[in-house]
This record gives sequence, structure tokens and C-alpha cells, in this order.
Amino acid sequence: MLTGIEAAFFYLFAFVAVASAFMVIAAKNPVHSVLFLILTFFNAAGLFLLTGAEFLAMILLVVYVGAVAVLFLFVVMMLDVDFAALKSGSLQYAPIGALVGIVLAAELIVVAGGYAFAPELAANATMPTPDLAVRSNTAALGDILYTHYVHYFQIAGLILLVAMIGAIVLTLRHKPNVRRQSVAAQVARTPATAIEIKKVETGKGI
Amino acid sequence: MAMETSFFWVYVWPPLLILIQSLVLVVILLVGVAYLLYADRKIWAAVQLRRGPNVVGPWGTLQAFADLLKFVFKEPVIPSGANKAVFLLAPMVSAVLAIAAWAVIPVNEGWAVASINVGVLYIFAITSLEVYGVIMGGWASNSKYPFLGALRSAAQMVSYEVSIGFVIVTVLLTVGSLNLTDIVLSQHTGLGTMLGLPNTFLDWNWLALFPMFIIFFISALAETNRPPFDLVEAESELVAGHMIEYSSTPFLLFFLGEYVAIVLMCALTTILFLGGWLPPFDFAPFTWVPGVIWFVLKLCFVFFMFAMVKAFVPRYRYDQLMRLGWKIFLPISLAMVVITAAFLKITGLA
Repeated sequence: MLTGIEAAFFYLFAFVAVASAFMVIAAKNPVHSVLFLILTFFNAAGLFLLTGAEFLAMILLVVYVGAVAVLFLFVVMMLDVDFAALKSGSLQYAPIGALVGIVLAAELIVVAGGYAFAPELAANATMPTPDLAVRSNTAALGDILYTHYVHYFQIAGLILLVAMIGAIVLTLRHKPNVRRQSVAAQVARTPATAIEIKKVETGKGI
Repeated sequence: MAMETSFFWVYVWPPLLILIQSLVLVVILLVGVAYLLYADRKIWAAVQLRRGPNVVGPWGTLQAFADLLKFVFKEPVIPSGANKAVFLLAPMVSAVLAIAAWAVIPVNEGWAVASINVGVLYIFAITSLEVYGVIMGGWASNSKYPFLGALRSAAQMVSYEVSIGFVIVTVLLTVGSLNLTDIVLSQHTGLGTMLGLPNTFLDWNWLALFPMFIIFFISALAETNRPPFDLVEAESELVAGHMIEYSSTPFLLFFLGEYVAIVLMCALTTILFLGGWLPPFDFAPFTWVPGVIWFVLKLCFVFFMFAMVKAFVPRYRYDQLMRLGWKIFLPISLAMVVITAAFLKITGLA
């Protein structure tokens, strides 16, 4: 149970996260939507910090806010999307959206309600990482990823590598007639290979 | 009465204490940045055989404050086509994030506003967010050059973050902690003491991880958009990049954010590679000097290097910049992570 200043920060982060998540879908300008999404991520990182998951909080900032959201922002800024036209037909997706929303809400109610009806269930949940006083968050995660489950980790990495190479191969085109810089060739140039000295006689051209 | 005091100690005092510490840090930092700015201009001028700022105050030492007043009293102009909210938010994001990263920097043993376990990751996260100030400013200006500057900046900062990340990983491998204070303390012993020498500057990480030190320094230049990598605001092609439409205090905030970020990178270099507040020789006259003085001296040394690079290295071309980041620094730093890890595992040092 959060008390004192932690509780104050919890409510601050939670309120801003929910409000900005709402603004992501409510904002008229798509760039504003992405900026609100970034604010949501930021507050989610704050909530992670309050639960003691400091490593996850920082990784959320580095990966999602620092890299993924930048690309998001780029795409939204570069694409000239007519959002008015796009939004006019958005009502036809309402049933699917409602279905997804209802399923999510039901699952959340089952999880939260379970603890509300039977508080002793909370003891059944395994602690994902040891207490911060015992082992630091980063070290505990490192134990799990790189020691206990290192092979799964490596397989996941290999799958990502294959996916990355696949994406590169799909988009790589060798265009003819493209002049490329060859640094080795440039550095290897000497006066003997680069310039030609001609004796020009007075009053005559080359 | 007891209720009130407990309320005070629980809800009011902890944030108040943090606020006081932060204020002290920010004031010292900003005054320091004002003089580093002056130093930057003086060094640049000296290399080019000019005098540099020499009118305001003795030897021009109050120039930065005069500039501050000038910017504050000017009229902020917002372009009519600009997205007003984002336009004004961008410089604030830039300045606030740059200052926020200083919260975890230890200037002496125990002298940090927040000594958190994941200090390095925090700085890495905050510096990776700094790109937003530039992108938002470039986009909200609703003009071609600022937008081109923003695009360049985003690509550049994301690229060099990768190599900075791997360089930091090599340091973390040798230290075994993400806490900045632990990183400094671990440099008390190192390569020099292994060779039987007393504790000197040879123990610091710069020697043991020498190629990484150079890569980090160059990547830090690129990450903070310093010359020779200032393509974001290359005045010969993009006028001033994302800052073109800015005037008055918003411009000042951008400018401030940039310089605070540069000083932050100097501080980070000091902590990761130059032993933070540790004295260069661990015996009598050197240990009398307080650690914070050593820290500031080292920071100024790194800043001097930054200023010298600005003065005598010509600007890179954009494709060269990308080539350097992705084809040279990334493979080298990636290989060094593997080599360092393997070396530590085989020798059993970690």
C-alpha cells in the first residue's frame, strides 16, 4: 500500500497517464496525439519507478520514448494524412472497438476483482523480482535473462536478427548508375594519379 | 499538533528538501554554464587570433549575463503559421530535460541530488529524450529549414545514441554497477594498481578502455550537435536549423538547453572515464584538494577539448556523419563489448 509522498506521486502519474491516454485519441492534430502518447509513456515509467521496477522504467524511456516514439512522430509529421477524412468513417469500426474494449475491461475486472474478493490470493502471486534491499532490480533481471533463461534469450535475439535481415533484404535495391563514395579510393589518391601537369605554351590553349 | 508535524515530515519536508537541493544545483550549474559559454567563445577567438568578448565587465566576463538580459527583454515573435503550443513547449522541453539529467550526477562522494541504482540508464534515457525539443521546434515552426534541421537532428541523435549505449555497456561491464557513484569509486583501483603502481590517474577507465574513451568523446560531440557535427543548425546550408524562427526567451532556452547538455556530456565523460572526483595522484598534496574541485577541473578539461574541436575541425558532410556513426563506431563499439566481456570472463576480473 502506497502512503505518504509516494501515494501523492502515484495519483499524479496515474491521473496524467489516463488523461493523456484519453487525449491521444481525442486530439484533432495527429502530431499532438503522438506527443500525448509520449507523455503517457513518461507517466507509465513514473508508475514503474514507484513499484520499484527502476530498470523497466528507464528501458521504457530509452526504447519507447527515445527511439520508437521518435519514429512515430516522424511518420506522422511526414505523412500528409487527411485526418478529417479518416475520422469521418471511423464510426464503422465502433463495433470492433467496443468488442476489444469490453474484453479488456472484463479481463481487468476479473484480475482486480479476484484480489478484492479474496485478498489471500495476493500471496499466491510469485514475486517477479526479489526485494530491492536483497538484490538490485537490474541484477535480478540480468540473472533471469542471461543466466536462467539464456538460451531462450538467444533464440529470441536470433529471431529478431532474422526479421531484421529479412526487412533489409526486402527493401534493398541495387540501382545502377548511382555514384557512391569510396573512401579507400579517395585516400589512395596521390598527386601522381590525380593530377596531370601539362606544359602550356605562351599564346596557345591546351 | 503531533498530526501536523507528522504531515509536515511526511508530505512537505521531503519534497522541500529535494527542491532546495535542486535549486542550489541549478543555480550553480547555470552560473557555471554562463562562464563555460564565455570560455567557449574566448577559446574559439584565441584559436582564430581574435579577442573574443571583451567589453562587458572586466575582460568581458559578464558577457553571458548581458546576453541573458538582451534575450529576456526582446520581444518573442511567434510565426503566424506556427503551432503555438508546441512552438513554445519545444524550448522548454529542451532546457528542462537538459537540466533534469543533472539530478543524478555525483560531483563528490554522496553529493548527488538522487543517487539512484540506474543512474547511467537515467542519463541515457533523458539525453535520448532531448531530441524531442529539436523535433518539436522544427515541426511547430511550420517552415522548411527548421523542419530539415529537425529531421537531420533526429537521425543524427538516434544514430549516435547507439554507439554511446555500447560504450556505456563496456564501462558497466568493467564496473559491474549502473550507479554513477559506484562507477567513480571503482576507478580508485584499475590498470595502474594491477601493474603495482600506487593509485593514480592510470587507474581510471580512460586508459583501460582507451578506444572507447575516444569513441565516447566523438559520439558526445555528435549527440549534443556540437561542431564538427552541428549539421542540425549548419548556418551555411540550413541558416540555423530548428532555431530559425525562435527569438527572445524561447531561443535563450534552446541555447541554454544545448549548453547544459554539452556540460552534462563533459560531466559524464569525467565520471565514466576520468575518475569523477578522484584526485589524479592519491597522496598528500593532491588529496588535500576537495573532490568537487577535481571534478570541476576535469569537467573543464573535457569542455576545453570540446571547444578546441569546435575551433579547428571543419564541419562533416551529412553522409560522412552517418557513415562514421553506423559503419565505424557501431561495429567497433559492438566488438569492444564482446572483447571486454570475454576478457573479463577469462581473466575472472568481473
